Amino acid sequence: MAEVKEIIEKKESAFSFGKEEMKLLRDPLNDNNPVTVQILGVCSALAVTTLLTKAIVMGIAVTLVTAFSNLFTSMLREYIPKQIRMIVQLVIIAFLVTVVELALKAFNYPIWKDLSVFIGLIITNCILMGRLEAYAMANKPWRSFLDGIGNGLGYGLILIAVAATRELFGKGSLLDIKIIGPTSEYFLNTNEIWMLSWYTANNLIILSPAAMFIVAILIWIQRSKNRKLIDIS
Amino acid sequence: MGDLINIFVKSAFIENLALSYFLGMCSFLAVSKSVKTAIGLGLAVIFVNALTIPLNWLIDYYLLGEGGLFGMDLTFLRFIIFISTIAALVQLVEMVVEKVSPSLYNSLGIFLPLITVNCAILGASLFMITKEYNFAESVSFGLGGGFGWFLAIVAIAGIREKMAYSNVPAPLRGLGMAFFLTGMMGIAFMGLMGIDPAAFK
Repeated sequence: MAEVKEIIEKKESAFSFGKEEMKLLRDPLNDNNPVTVQILGVCSALAVTTLLTKAIVMGIAVTLVTAFSNLFTSMLREYIPKQIRMIVQLVIIAFLVTVVELALKAFNYPIWKDLSVFIGLIITNCILMGRLEAYAMANKPWRSFLDGIGNGLGYGLILIAVAATRELFGKGSLLDIKIIGPTSEYFLNTNEIWMLSWYTANNLIILSPAAMFIVAILIWIQRSKNRKLIDIS
Repeated sequence: MGDLINIFVKSAFIENLALSYFLGMCSFLAVSKSVKTAIGLGLAVIFVNALTIPLNWLIDYYLLGEGGLFGMDLTFLRFIIFISTIAALVQLVEMVVEKVSPSLYNSLGIFLPLITVNCAILGASLFMITKEYNFAESVSFGLGGGFGWFLAIVAIAGIREKMAYSNVPAPLRGLGMAFFLTGMMGIAFMGLMGIDPAAFK
């Protein structure tokens, strides 16, 4: 009996990847999405979504920080005193965000400049604290790491969806490549139908309130497909 | 003096933290279900914002800056120092309020720990750096930013309370409608961009 127990413990401590682990990665993408279901991390989701490039960089940054902060907190969870756990968690997060910020500043200065304070605001992104409190403080490191990656990707997914809509209709481009609308005054007639040259970019969509509407519409679509998420109250 | 009033009006109405920058949205959407709790959280944000921004300014200028105590550029430590200041101050304020005025603590108490991770506070501190305010200006910016956030959350809570009686499509109920309302309030606040701040000089 004791032997069996030991084997099970051994199996759990290894970096196994089964159904449970897959669920950790897949759940945050839809059923338990951090932005549209848990309402966490909304602030930055709205501010950085004017351009698709910014959204992708932000998504990667948040995924890295959630994954590693979950990992470190989970490793340290038995040594963190209950009373000061918030400050310890914040310091771990702030350390990781500083690393990400300095790396971005060194390797891609224009994007760093564009994102300005919002890279710093990853620290107060509620997804991080939420996952640390709800998951990493009670689970083993490997699973917490996967949970962090899953939630970061769920957040990135919404960011990319919102940013693609905003950039396409607000600027007529995707990843800074012109997709719709007139490209220049020397426009070739043959391309006109493909490029929808009659489309005038809608400036309202670039303004921040439009991001709110797009997230609201995403929530509407998601909840009408997935009716168990509907608010009863 | 005119400059300070100017910054106050600008940060409260024209560059509203909640409705133009959408900072502090997590607690904004979660707590705006009733006016009473919204007022509690709003007051707590004004209080903490008005204290942390000048404090962070002092720390940034006298400790982290090049002309500061250590004589070297430590600005890469800003995030860690700022968030620790905010966390420590919130904890301190909570203890003081609990000792001095238990009734205020009861109405505010639950919201104080929430504020540590409210992006509006850290965001305002970081904006204070990027906008290069001096000390007096940062005091005015802290007060104005907090006041603007308070106004926004109380207004949204009022609308959401009324919204409970209307017939909203089921998938939009609650959260979805809150997003739509906040977006519309954001557009309404953009109308204030037309104000010429120079008028207050």
